[in-house]
Amino acid sequence: METELFVRYGPALLYGFGITILCWLAGSIGGVIVGFILACLNRWGPHALSWVIYVYVEIIRGTPFMIQLFILYYGGPYIGLVLSPVQAGITSFVVYGSPYFAEIFRSGFNAIPKGQIEAARCVGMPETRILWRIILPQMLVPITAPLTNFFIILTKETAILSVVTVPELLFQTQTMAAETFTFVEPFLALSLFYWLMVLVTGWIGAKVEQRVTRHLKRA
Amino acid sequence: MNFSFDTIWHNLPYLLAAARWTILISVSGMAISLVWGTALCATRLSANPFLRGAAVLYISFFRGVPLLVQLLLFYYALPYVGLDLPAVQAAILATGLCSAAYTAEILRGALQSIPSGQTEAAYALGIPSFSLWRRILVPQAVRIGMPSLVNELILLVKVSSLASVVGIGELTRISQNITGETYRPLEIYITAAVIYFAINWVLSISGRLIEKKLQIG
Repeated sequence: METELFVRYGPALLYGFGITILCWLAGSIGGVIVGFILACLNRWGPHALSWVIYVYVEIIRGTPFMIQLFILYYGGPYIGLVLSPVQAGITSFVVYGSPYFAEIFRSGFNAIPKGQIEAARCVGMPETRILWRIILPQMLVPITAPLTNFFIILTKETAILSVVTVPELLFQTQTMAAETFTFVEPFLALSLFYWLMVLVTGWIGAKVEQRVTRHLKRA
Repeated sequence: MNFSFDTIWHNLPYLLAAARWTILISVSGMAISLVWGTALCATRLSANPFLRGAAVLYISFFRGVPLLVQLLLFYYALPYVGLDLPAVQAAILATGLCSAAYTAEILRGALQSIPSGQTEAAYALGIPSFSLWRRILVPQAVRIGMPSLVNELILLVKVSSLASVVGIGELTRISQNITGETYRPLEIYITAAVIYFAINWVLSISGRLIEKKLQIG
């Protein structure tokens, strides 16, 4: 194991780690917000809009993330959308993630018994408060596990951003490997690192799940 | 700028030819995934704690590392330990071994949803364990797991785009090459997206047909 290599490339790798985390957090938080808006529009918006959303969801889920990234990053400038690699990475994450998040939220909405919402309307609750007080707190129970699952998938998708020269962790590792002709150690270390990141995300997800289901455990 | 349908029309034959590689990689990957995933699932459910632990570790690792990194590991790092695989084989092996981890979990979920009374009844009747798997457990598990397995195949078609990184001339790579010649990324990549979408659409429709066929009653 050539440890001095990791010392020499330490700052670059650390910087790459920062970019990975930045793209992951910004992209998935943006994806959750857009996905939630899509799910709400789908439920409460006009009927025609839900068709548009359906087509959007199907297109994004039916095409590879890499192609979406290429269309945005290489095709964008032709329609006046010039993005830096990191901006393109985050934007494509939001575009790619939002339909999946929208579907997760939709399943959450459907899990709330209709009677509760009708009852809330009968006692005169406004729609926004029904969403905030009745639907959301209960919805967290069935959606936490799929949300964690998708956060984990997005953690791993950050590696693909290296293809459009986003200076994230894999990109820095590839640079290091190419400059020093060592491949086994850097890539093995990188694999272990991603693995650790996924395990930590899964662990946080399990903790959140415990917290949102605590009212069900008390017997 | 104007959207050039001419460029699309001229390059469509090359893109379609490249799509054959996409299909080859994903179908071969799925074949490996099904065989290896079944074995993995059996190991995961075995009574031997060491075998079970190994399977758990395998599944956790292959589900926890980005496929792109696995692919690079297979292609660039394996030669250093004396295993020099051509790009296509490396890509198929990496996707297959990774997908096997997911297939194993799908099958495990399906198997565990079969009431255990059936297994107990089979043992009580003296049905040997091979027949138990062949006649009772596997047919039901396949029926229960079918939607997820079709989903996995669709994922594999999308994931095969990663093989472009190690230089295989599949759909994504050829799109990159054509873009390099024509400077028309928007047209070419959108066409590639449409082809991917068409493949997946056919898969999901045939999946639904198979599901219907497998349903009883």
